Order: sequence, then C-alpha cells, then structure tokens
Amino acid sequence: MATNFGFSISKPRVIDMDANNLRKSDDILASMPQLQSCIGCGACTASCTAGNLTSFNFRKVHTLVRRGEYTGVYEELNKCMLCGKCRLLCPRGINTRAAVMTIKRTLGDF
Amino acid sequence: MKGRVVIVGGGVAGMQTALSLKALGIESLILEQSRQLGGKLTGWHLLFPTFTPAQDVVAPLIRAVRQSGIQTRFGCKVVSVDSRRVILDSGERIDAAAVVLCSGSTLFNAKIKEEYGYGIYDNVFTSADIEQMMNNGKVAMADGRTPERIAILHCVGSRDEKVCQRHCSKVCCITAVKQAIELKKLFPDADVFNFYMDMRMFGPGYEELYRRAQIEHNIHFVRGRISEASPLMDSRVQIKAEDTLTGRPLRMSVDMLVLMVGMRANDDNAFISSSSGAELAENGFFKPRNSFMDNVLSTKEGIFLVGTISSPKTVGQTLNEASAAAIRIAEYLRYGN
Repeated sequence: MATNFGFSISKPRVIDMDANNLRKSDDILASMPQLQSCIGCGACTASCTAGNLTSFNFRKVHTLVRRGEYTGVYEELNKCMLCGKCRLLCPRGINTRAAVMTIKRTLGDF
Repeated sequence: MKGRVVIVGGGVAGMQTALSLKALGIESLILEQSRQLGGKLTGWHLLFPTFTPAQDVVAPLIRAVRQSGIQTRFGCKVVSVDSRRVILDSGERIDAAAVVLCSGSTLFNAKIKEEYGYGIYDNVFTSADIEQMMNNGKVAMADGRTPERIAILHCVGSRDEKVCQRHCSKVCCITAVKQAIELKKLFPDADVFNFYMDMRMFGPGYEELYRRAQIEHNIHFVRGRISEASPLMDSRVQIKAEDTLTGRPLRMSVDMLVLMVGMRANDDNAFISSSSGAELAENGFFKPRNSFMDNVLSTKEGIFLVGTISSPKTVGQTLNEASAAAIRIAEYLRYGN
C-alpha cells in the first residue's frame, strides 16, 4: 500500500541518446531527406496558426522526433490544422506540411 | 631603399608575400622558426570547401620560393622588431627596408578546457589530430577500433570568456562540416553529431557544403555547447549538452569526441608589439591600421601584416592579403607611408 507523503519524484527531462531508438526517426528522414536541412530558424512556428493559440511548436516537435523522443508527438501534431503557411516560409524549402503528415504516419502505429 | 624586406614566418603567408614582392622586383628574406617552409598547412590533410589536398597549395609555393632564389633562413627566432631591423635570439641584427609579420597564430591548447578531457581520456581528439590521422591514412579509436558514433564540438577555445578567447576563430565551423563529411565517408555506418553554437558559413560554397552534410551525408547538427565529457568503463566518452532547440538536456555516449580547436594570438605577439610599437587588438592579434583601406598595414609605419597574425582567416584570404601587402610595401618603399 503506497503511502502519500505529499511529494513526488520528477522524471528526468534528459534526452538519453543511448536509450532512445532512432529507427523511426531514420525512417522519416529516409522518406523525407529535406527535413534534415532544417536550420532551426523557427519561421514555421512563428507563422503557425495553431501555435498562435496553443503550445504547438513544429520546430521543437520535429527536433524531438529526430532525437528519438516520440512520446506525445502524435497527439501534439494533431494540433496542426494543415494550413500550410509554414511551408510558404521555410528558407530551406522543406515541405513542412508534408513533414507533419509523414511523421504522423510513421508514429501512428507507435 | 636600404636592405631587403624581412618576412617573419615561412608559412603560406610568408611565402606568397615573398613571391609577390619578387614579381614586383623587390628582394626579401624569409625568417622561419622551424626547419621547413609551409607552416601549419604542412600538417593539414584536405582544405575546405573543395577538399583540395593542402599539399596542392603548400608544395607549389615551396617550389616557387626555391626556384625564384628567395633567401630563406631556418631556426630563426625573432625577439625584437622595428621598421628598420629585426633582432634574433642569437643577438644577430638584420637590417630591413620593411618588415612583414607573417608568423600566424597558435592553435588553442585543448587541455586547458579540462572538462572535455583532452589528454586525459583516450578517445578525445582535436581537429588537428584528425587531420594528422587522415594524413597518416588511419583514423580510428585509441585502441584501433572503428568508431560507430562520433561527436564533433565546435568553438573549443573560441567565443569563450573562460579561456580568455572572446573572438570567433571563423574557420572551425566549416572545418567541422568538412571533417564530419570526411569521417562519414570513412565510416558510412557511424552516426556523426556536430554540436554547434551558431553555424557561421561565411564563404562561397560553405552553406552549400553544410546543406550537403545534412541531406546527403545524414550528419546530425545539435545546437548546444557540450558542458562536460566523462569516461565510460570501455574507454568511450559520455557527453552532456543542452539540445537548445528542444530546450532539454541531452546525454549520449560516443566512441570519439573531436574538439574543433580555435586560433589564438601567438604569445610572441606581446613582445613583438612592445618592441615595434605596432599595436595589438584586445584579443592579442595585431591590429590593422584601418579595417577597410589598410588591412595589411600595422599601426606602425614600415611594419606590415599578412595572414592570421591579425585575425583568424582562411588560406585563400591569407594568400590574397600577401599580394595586397606586396603592393603596399612597394608603394611604401617608393614614396614612404
């Protein structure tokens, strides 16, 4: 019987690259190599309709995927309304809207 | 015009300056501290962004210097300079019509950043070590094994107040991209991670190479400075950084950690400056008289600057400065400054 002492232990926030499995990330990048050219400028996030109203941040979410941090990503990407404004802005020419769909498709069965 | 132009340093800066002066009919004498011409480029394998062998630059220059009969003296340590003479540590005084400082810069000693364990852990290397290994034809972990995961850390001894090096060394970003591609070509199955602060791709073809590194060579770029490295039981290295683009701390073990060491001002600059009156900038490099019109002139009349003596720069920029300096020296000898 667990006793409630009124405190909890936080889970470590560290991204542990030794424990993370990059296979799904590699699959995503293999089907969409252009995603690797991201320079983290944040233009996608700045223009994001969803990001304006929620905490959705595509730059951050896809970077987490590339580090093998998949938990909660699919749900997070559901916030995207696929309006495609980000794609108009990306200085590296990444089809960011397609990237959202590619990541969702790959992680959907996760 | 009395005497010859004295060139301090026989690297690419000094050799090209001597050759450009020769083309203008001006005699010069190269004073080199070591026993050979070529300077730092001698130990380098390939040059960014074209992967040109460093020898393709150094060897023709050395040949040209020899063929044109430019006088060269080796084992000469300069202890004092003014615009009319150079004094060696042997006490010998050499008269000069003008003096060109081509003595370059010093590679940052990575051992000073003790938190990265260079010289302590077996599998921590510097960018210069990697070039040396490439030249020797074998890149491997300390025990000879093939690395499966490599981390390359930018800005070691650059942009760092903790080691008194506030300046950006300029060429390390593109060198890191170049070495990452070379390592990936050698070890196609390995994962290569570059930890950067900013990617400063300032030159022609650099940004394109960075993009190729990302898309064609699948090299990972993580924005964040590694805070420390620690040894693992199997002599690999564990590193910690913040992945600043996700705002989370990151931890991973790697087979090789490569430190991109920066360029710092030579220790000698201080006494060459005090003896000659040519001023130093805050970072210890020699200060050009004017950053637009007089880049190759020191603040002292008759003393000229070529190459990384005045700031970190590329081989191409150094060679251009040598030609520019030769013209300014010719004007100085004819008309005074």
